[in-house]
Amino acid sequence: MKPSPFTYHDPQSVAETAAILSEVEDCRLLAGGQSLMPMMNFRFVQPSNLVDLNGVRELAFVREDAGRIAFGAMTRQRTLERSAGLRESCPIIPLALSHVGHRQTRARGTIGGSLCHFDPSAELCNLAALHEAELVLARRGGERALPFAEFGVGYLTTAVEPDEFLREVRFRRWPQGHGYAFEEFAMRHGDFAICAISCLVTLAPSGAVDDIAIAVSGVGAVPFRLGEAEASARGERPGHDLYRALATAASKVEAMSDSYVSAGYRQHLARILTYRAVKSAVENAGMRAAA
Amino acid sequence: MSQTRSIAVTVNGRTYEKTVETRRTLVDFLRVDLGLTGTHIGCEHGACGACTVRVEGEAVRSCLMLAVQANGKSIVTVEGLAQGNALNPLQQAFWEKNGLQCGFCTPGMLMTISEFLEEVPSPTEEEVREALSGNVCRCTGYQAIVDAVLQVAAQARAEKEAV
Amino acid sequence: MGVRMFGASVKRKEDPAFLSGKGRYVDDIVLPNMAYAAFVRSPFGHARINGIDKSAALAVPGVLAVLAYDDLPETLKERPLPLFVQVAALSQPKMPYTLAVDEVRYVGEPVAVVVAESRYIAEDAAALVDVDYEPLPAVADCLAALAPGAPPVHAGSDNNVAARMPSKIGDVEAAFAGAPHIFKERIFQHRGGAFFMECRGAIGSYDPVLNSLLMYISSQGAHRIKRGLLDLFDLGDHQIRVVTPDVGGGFGPKGSLYVEYPAVAACSMLLGRPVKWIEDRRENFVATHQERDQYWDVEIAVDGNAKILGVRGTMTHDNGAYTPWGIVLPWISVATVPGPYVVPAFHIDMISVLTNKVPATPVRGAGRPQAVVVMERLMDRVALELGLDPAEVRRRNFIQPEQMPYKVGLIFRDGRPVTYDSGDYPACQAAALDAIGYEGFRARQEKARQEGRYIGIGIGNAVEGTGLGPYEGATVRVATNGRLVVYTGATPQGQSHKTTLAQIAADHFGVGIDDISVETSDTATISLGVGSFAARTAVNAGSSVHLAATKVAEKIKLVAADMLEVSPDDLELKDGFVHVKGVEEVRKSFREVAVKAIGMPGFSMAGGLEPGLEHTAYFTPDQSTYANGTTVTEVEVDIETGRVKILRLVLAHDCGRVINPLVVDGQIVGGVAHGVGNALYERLVYDDEGQPLSTNFGEYLLPLAADVPRVEIVHQETPSPLNPLGIKGAGEGGTIPTTASVIGAIEDALSPFGVRIAEAPISPQRIVELLGEAALGRTR
Repeated sequence: MKPSPFTYHDPQSVAETAAILSEVEDCRLLAGGQSLMPMMNFRFVQPSNLVDLNGVRELAFVREDAGRIAFGAMTRQRTLERSAGLRESCPIIPLALSHVGHRQTRARGTIGGSLCHFDPSAELCNLAALHEAELVLARRGGERALPFAEFGVGYLTTAVEPDEFLREVRFRRWPQGHGYAFEEFAMRHGDFAICAISCLVTLAPSGAVDDIAIAVSGVGAVPFRLGEAEASARGERPGHDLYRALATAASKVEAMSDSYVSAGYRQHLARILTYRAVKSAVENAGMRAAA
Repeated sequence: MSQTRSIAVTVNGRTYEKTVETRRTLVDFLRVDLGLTGTHIGCEHGACGACTVRVEGEAVRSCLMLAVQANGKSIVTVEGLAQGNALNPLQQAFWEKNGLQCGFCTPGMLMTISEFLEEVPSPTEEEVREALSGNVCRCTGYQAIVDAVLQVAAQARAEKEAV
Repeated sequence: MGVRMFGASVKRKEDPAFLSGKGRYVDDIVLPNMAYAAFVRSPFGHARINGIDKSAALAVPGVLAVLAYDDLPETLKERPLPLFVQVAALSQPKMPYTLAVDEVRYVGEPVAVVVAESRYIAEDAAALVDVDYEPLPAVADCLAALAPGAPPVHAGSDNNVAARMPSKIGDVEAAFAGAPHIFKERIFQHRGGAFFMECRGAIGSYDPVLNSLLMYISSQGAHRIKRGLLDLFDLGDHQIRVVTPDVGGGFGPKGSLYVEYPAVAACSMLLGRPVKWIEDRRENFVATHQERDQYWDVEIAVDGNAKILGVRGTMTHDNGAYTPWGIVLPWISVATVPGPYVVPAFHIDMISVLTNKVPATPVRGAGRPQAVVVMERLMDRVALELGLDPAEVRRRNFIQPEQMPYKVGLIFRDGRPVTYDSGDYPACQAAALDAIGYEGFRARQEKARQEGRYIGIGIGNAVEGTGLGPYEGATVRVATNGRLVVYTGATPQGQSHKTTLAQIAADHFGVGIDDISVETSDTATISLGVGSFAARTAVNAGSSVHLAATKVAEKIKLVAADMLEVSPDDLELKDGFVHVKGVEEVRKSFREVAVKAIGMPGFSMAGGLEPGLEHTAYFTPDQSTYANGTTVTEVEVDIETGRVKILRLVLAHDCGRVINPLVVDGQIVGGVAHGVGNALYERLVYDDEGQPLSTNFGEYLLPLAADVPRVEIVHQETPSPLNPLGIKGAGEGGTIPTTASVIGAIEDALSPFGVRIAEAPISPQRIVELLGEAALGRTR
């Protein structure tokens, strides 16, 4: 299990990266390497050119402003996990990251690498859907920003063109004190999720749901939001009936099946975990608001 | 023909300058080019943790890094843990608690835990088990390893309080 | 050294090296001018090979050779690998050639081998070997392979039955004819592989001057591999040496002779350079032997008091494509079914079936965990049907200690009647139940249910034949520099033999374990060896060390008595000296005695003694010695997701006299983790064409630190009467009863829903399926 030969490029800047990508063909971008390196060791992937982004320091940052949190694509998962700022403003990120692989993989793994690999069960893809992420793709002479829904094209497939690379990811920022929950079912700690449900919620002074977001990953070919169900939940009083209605909506989604896990079980888990996630998010929204 | 590069890597305090194929993994560089065979290859897909080393202090899987990515970096492997012939407290605790059997996963375990205890000096058993979840051991059932980690953490606490 | 070593929890001799990165596993060995091999393996479950084009591979710079079957030495073309355990019941013995001749029968079967200046280049070239495969119909499931019209696993065979064998006790027809209760179960069991952390590996180094072959192999027994190589090559005994260095786990499958070993030897002979092949993890998933599927159709007859009248049924075993261990694995399964219970009548027909998969050979427990699952499922069924406590049903059926030695009535794989030598099964179960608080469990269970939590308890009882013959020898020698060495064919893979064998020897010489070198698994140091598997080393090698050390210690006294002009009875050994009791300064060093014992050139040996301070013993047990154990597990099942959490796990066990409690506890806890994996996680999935779908550690799930419980161990100690030290094997005792206990606990937790479990392993998904509507819980 050794990688096949390739030409190695190690640009030190965004501009240099864009220039290399405009010139080479049959190329893969190496971010944290926690997915690409295994695939190269297995020789499932045998690129002629490998562009290593680890030297591009300007791609590693976290910036928060009033409405958004922006991450450089090469920001390490461990940086996000340990960020005191995020623990305050966006606590679901460190929470979800505790499910991502293991400490050694989070030390190397990056937010951009995870999004571009686009595994349907990846926690960071789920969070991108949850936060209506905007993804900034750079290329020589320009860049474009894509909403998450247009970024993910299908199973392990994104809209990133061969001469493009992910520069920045922007998450919508939720108000201070919002409720959050991340419910994941994996066979063992750190495994890919069979199903993961994330939920953010704010409550109106009346106690009714003001805003809510629910993202489902591991179930379909791409992570997605329960948009219609979310809309119908706004203004409703939280409680068993609401949780059950949202859970039922989650269970009706189209699901993948493979040699290990059936579509039916994924749908079942979507239902169970949605119920739990919404309930838990509502409860901690109440608590956080009270605090 | 495969591409090569010259790199300089500091391992356990000693700097090595070598020319390597760009596709060479870090673990092969350490084992084959430097002869530091204490770091083991267990799966080459980042799942077992046997090849864990510390790069710039962070515990990482050396099968998922290229040797060229270690250029200019400082690495510690299992060979760098003991002070001369004296085992360090973690190694000593593994010995006392029987935290190893075949010994193959042990170097990766030690490197992972050494980093973990710097970050979480007083862990609970649950935290230890989670921290170890990226290192597979097929022999011990982990219990003796967990006990060794808890013992060394308790010792460190006791020493700190005594000061 | 006044402290007795036998029985002491001494720290292991092995560890300082392992802890500081100084272990020496086969991949750590570098020989001058070494080349590296990679194999070309079949991507098909079954195919004919119409041709092999090696030209593109040979053109890669750095490639030294590409060998297919036609390029092998003549003897390897003539001879398949030897089958070591031939029995009459094996009607279709099938062994592979070193490289596939013209047909491949499982995905991963070696077709060609590439040797190059590096493993990287060898892999580059292996991808370029162009094999013209003509796919043939394959069969992956053992029941499908038995069906009329099933494709033959080996083209030209008219059926896929490898072996059929009945195992009988008493008159089972009569037992069932009058039985008041008969319960029937169909139980599917799958057991995964060993998945040691160090994959297999071999270095072949041919010396043309001596026409001899040195091989370093990560194995469970160098001597058996040498025997196989002697069969395959026309070389003399002195021309093959196999050495097994440190081994990173074995658990059974490293005990086989694999085709890669003669292939690597042939490469070295051809090139005149040492050749290393290290199995990578992808190869390990397809080419290292695994355990596999068993379908059990069984029924139990009991009387009105739940006493067993008989057990009968059939067991269909998936053997894979070749039969390197004959019928050993399914035979052990069937013979283990009666376990600790009185089973007056028994008849199970075993059918071992060829399939297009890598061979199935023993993995830690060797077919026994499956047998325990079968028997314990039946016991739980009896309890359920008769409304009795499951522990009580077992109590009523235990063999009592006063019935020892107890003849079960079956023949074990050691060829001897299954005769339990010793043990107290009722006490073992009672100790385990006591430790977990079984008395109060039903109240705890009821309380938990009221809180919406589903907890359950399960019992697994097992009796395990350990310490199988024929022997494992030991040479104990005091060298002329006074140093003590033990040489043995035992082959540690983590079992601490260097420590435990040193402990046994140390007491004879009054020294510590660090004063004794234990040199294992090198065919140049001791002529015969069998290897370490089947929990046999402590019994066999341990007894041999004891016997040999006794002789050598006596001889030290004899020689020294002559030197000191005292009676041998007045001497004792301590710290490298033999001295007069009570007068420590009147002494001779081991060195002086050893030099004296080899004699002086030209002078006659004094006192008619045999020269040398050494003795070789081969302890040959008459039969296996039977260890036993009980696992009791408490689980909680999340009925909504199907997740199982083990809350507590107690294992009471009896492995006779314990050499080193620290080591035995380690074996037990590690074994339990393996049993937990077999109950909840480990599954090797294949598609219908024999294509393996579990080929990495993301798909095949080994238990991790957060997935295994803290094991609470209760020791019982019934010495075996069958060997001088009273010991029994301990390596598999944690694994064997555990799977059954976990499965039973899950069923018990789900008893309010009437869920019955007749399979292992069981996944959360399967639990949800069995629960059906009930799994909707609070979201319903």
